[in-house]
Amino acid sequence: MQSKKIDISLKIWRQEHPDAQGNFQHYSLSGISTDMSFLEMLDVLNEKLTLEGKEPVAFDHDCREGICGMCGAVVNGQPHGPEPGTTLCQLHMRHFRDGDQLVIEPFRARAFRIEKDLVVDRSSLDKIIQAGGYVSVNTGGAPEANTIPIAQKTAEQAMDAAACIGCGACVAACPNASAMLFVSAKVSQLALLPQGHPERRERALSMVGKMDELGFGNCSNERECEAACPKSISIRHIARLNREFIKAALFSE
Amino acid sequence: MTLDAKIPDGSLAEKWDKHCFAGKLVNPANKKKYNIIIVGSGLAGASAAATLAELGYNVQVFTMHDSPRRAHSIAAQGGINAAKNYQNDGDSIFRLFYDTIKGGDFRAREANVYRLAQISNNIIDQCVAQGVPFAREYGGSLANRSFGGAQVSRTFYARGQTGQQLLLGAYSALMRQVHLGKVTIHARQEMMDLVVEAGLAKGIVTRDMRTGAIASHTAHAVVLATGGYGNVYYLSTNAMSSNVTAAWRAHKKGAFFANPCFVQIHPTCIPMHGDYQSKLTLMSESLRNDGRVWVPKKAGDTRPPAQIPEAERDYYLENKYPSFGNLVPRDVASRNAKEVCDTKKGVGETGLAVYLDFADAIKRDGIETILRKYGNLFQMYEKITAQDPVKQPMMIYPAVHYAMGGLWVDYNLMSTIPGLFVLGEANFSDHGANRLGASALMQGLADGYFILPNTIGAYLSSCAPGVPDRSARVFAEAEKNAESLISKLLAIKGKRTTDDIHKELGKLLWDHCGMARNSSGLQKALDRIPQIREEFWNNVLIPGTGKELNQSLERAGRLADFLEFAELMVTDALDREESCGCHLREESQTAEHEAKRDDEKYAYVSAWQHQGTGKTPILHKEPLTFENVTPSQRSYK
Ligand SMILES: Cc1cc2nc3c(=O)[nH]c(=O)nc-3n(C[C@H](O)[C@H](O)[C@H](O)COP(=O)(O)OP(=O)(O)OC[C@H]3O[C@@H](n4cnc5c(N)ncnc54)[C@H](O)[C@@H]3O)c2cc1C
Ligand code: FES
Repeated sequence: MQSKKIDISLKIWRQEHPDAQGNFQHYSLSGISTDMSFLEMLDVLNEKLTLEGKEPVAFDHDCREGICGMCGAVVNGQPHGPEPGTTLCQLHMRHFRDGDQLVIEPFRARAFRIEKDLVVDRSSLDKIIQAGGYVSVNTGGAPEANTIPIAQKTAEQAMDAAACIGCGACVAACPNASAMLFVSAKVSQLALLPQGHPERRERALSMVGKMDELGFGNCSNERECEAACPKSISIRHIARLNREFIKAALFSE
Repeated sequence: MTLDAKIPDGSLAEKWDKHCFAGKLVNPANKKKYNIIIVGSGLAGASAAATLAELGYNVQVFTMHDSPRRAHSIAAQGGINAAKNYQNDGDSIFRLFYDTIKGGDFRAREANVYRLAQISNNIIDQCVAQGVPFAREYGGSLANRSFGGAQVSRTFYARGQTGQQLLLGAYSALMRQVHLGKVTIHARQEMMDLVVEAGLAKGIVTRDMRTGAIASHTAHAVVLATGGYGNVYYLSTNAMSSNVTAAWRAHKKGAFFANPCFVQIHPTCIPMHGDYQSKLTLMSESLRNDGRVWVPKKAGDTRPPAQIPEAERDYYLENKYPSFGNLVPRDVASRNAKEVCDTKKGVGETGLAVYLDFADAIKRDGIETILRKYGNLFQMYEKITAQDPVKQPMMIYPAVHYAMGGLWVDYNLMSTIPGLFVLGEANFSDHGANRLGASALMQGLADGYFILPNTIGAYLSSCAPGVPDRSARVFAEAEKNAESLISKLLAIKGKRTTDDIHKELGKLLWDHCGMARNSSGLQKALDRIPQIREEFWNNVLIPGTGKELNQSLERAGRLADFLEFAELMVTDALDREESCGCHLREESQTAEHEAKRDDEKYAYVSAWQHQGTGKTPILHKEPLTFENVTPSQRSYK
């Protein structure tokens, strides 16, 4: 595809620190190459702001390959922007048109504090994993790797769930700011694999319990999470989590 | 100071076991009285932290990311090697050892590499037990694929996301220890300095990247697992924040830096475009299993690939290296790509690209099979380039990828500063002058899960348990230094941005200390680097203050270190007047343009001792001896 140059205008959420009152600021950029990535466009803006003696926009990012889960913002109402199955860093300017206005905001949720501009604190997701998102095996205690065969299909399904990058877009997309898709991806991965079976009950109960405790909302089947997920993680995993949870709750009586 | 690598006696196969047995142990009841600081939570740091905590030590983990799971290890795509020989294709511990030593062009220690090959199998067992969803065969056993530099199939993988799955395995083990109260995570904390007192590593100074608060932390031992320095070139496949800062500041405190000029340039990356480009994207080497590399035979041929008939294509790797073909090691593949582009046979807009073509593989195996193997890589390529590799060949070009060089460590992974251990890409240990694909993940996890936990005890048993003794004065001074560095940077208020200066440094290094090097180019770079450094310290413009989240300030701090490190890298390249692995000195080539080693003069590890910024560092040489393999001129024909 031929690259073009476009002009765009930006409306970006600026907030100095967690307790500051934030607001939208307007910027315009011209001559943006459509081959640029979205974050490279923000780089261009930031270089410009810096040279004008203004504060650049703070935004998180690192791998710029769609895998570290560090980037993320809401673009025109959609977490990670308009392209399905795409992180913000993998979104390219060719998906926008000359003259477009882009409204860019941080991922908002009760459990995510805004640190500055587009940067949010997602450490609550780590806390959910701490509550049970693992197999309790110490280094050195593992049996020979091929001892337990796992059907190819099962391994593939587990991998589908394990592909979650922990970006938090599902939370930002959900009207209840629930982390059910995130939780279900981990529970589902470990419920599918034999290694995860011994702890599956406790895992489901304690991870869901932790999620509630941290101020994430409940799942009311809005399906927005699945649509926003840059790794296209399916809400089927939420169904599996619900089964795991119910089974666990019944047995724990 | 003489370098002692502390390689144990005995036959190669027995060294590690004997060493583990001979090492002093810390009484289990005392372990909780030792504090260990680990900087970095990639594969190396997270696996070490989890394992040390399981053993009973108190562990503090520092990471500059918002979560340990973001470490750059997450981006590794292709896979991890192990000598399981599940394919019954003649693999063994000795063969993995041999391939790794040879792939590194005989510039690594035999004992270290053999140990790595031995441990490789335990790593796979451990990861499977954690629930890492490796690819499987129909029958349910683990699947393997081939990688460059090997003729056996020994690479384990989880789609094109192996690093992610292995890191999440280590991360979940780490999160379990946080839950159990044995590990504290300090996220968004950047290490500013290593604190050394009476010659021993005693702690670190950090900056809270949200508030700018400077603080110090004490421990009985400090472990750096801070990754590689490829970003010195500005453009690389590394994550944006990958840096040399932690390693460099430790170097300035006395840790020797080994082989800084050994940098791997990966052959299969998306070509460069545009001056706004922020990074280069790797396309996993596994693609070379099925993709065929070619360029037009005729220089300056601008026809679209589909219109170039078979007879007019040059499958240069297959022609030149019939036994390894497209699977030659990375340095060889990169150099050949550069060579064909230098003769104007390169393709694409810039002429700096070659084709990687899947048409034959799709014809042979069917589109479904190919998409199952590479689907997510194809998608990634299409997202960036808007071209579908199923319909037309990919275009690729080499890019800076991996640092074989790093802080010098002995067999125990301890640096020249007692009490400072270095793991993963941050050390120089096992890959010699060139790393084979799928070996970095193996090394990071070997270091963290199995080696450090068995070697750190011997050092700790020499320290008194309980609150680590520290001199408040030394720590206060280190904090003050960190504060004043930040004030100094902010006070410059010049006219150029950090990235602008970084790009200039990167281009200089790419041109003169990249895929091919010669003495006049290196000398030119060596003259120019101090000028760019001066320009930086006089003319960089950093907005904002030090008391808030300030990403411009973070980048500037890292560039300040790259600007000093670059000089060491070029000095090292200039010293090594031989070609080996990724380090091609144009003065030292065989008649067929292959790297020509000089074992008489250069069979050593260069370990550099800092003498002050801008001053000539002292070179210490650790001789390399080979008792179990015979260094030969590498041939992949
Ligand atoms: C795109 C890509 C693909 C790759 N694919 C493969 C592959 O298929 N197989 C393979 O074997 N290898 C691969 N590699 C190489 C491999 O991924 C890395 O060498 C390896 O993961 C490095 O791990 P690490 O633990 O040493 O460091 P990293 O994962 O880089 O972790 C560094 C850690 O240090 C922290 N840190 C750094 N500096 C500071 C500081 N100053 N203060 C505080 N914290 C700090 C970071 O926050 C991070 O937690 C690939 C590399 C790249 C770039
Ligand atoms: S920057 Fe890593 S996922 Fe976007």
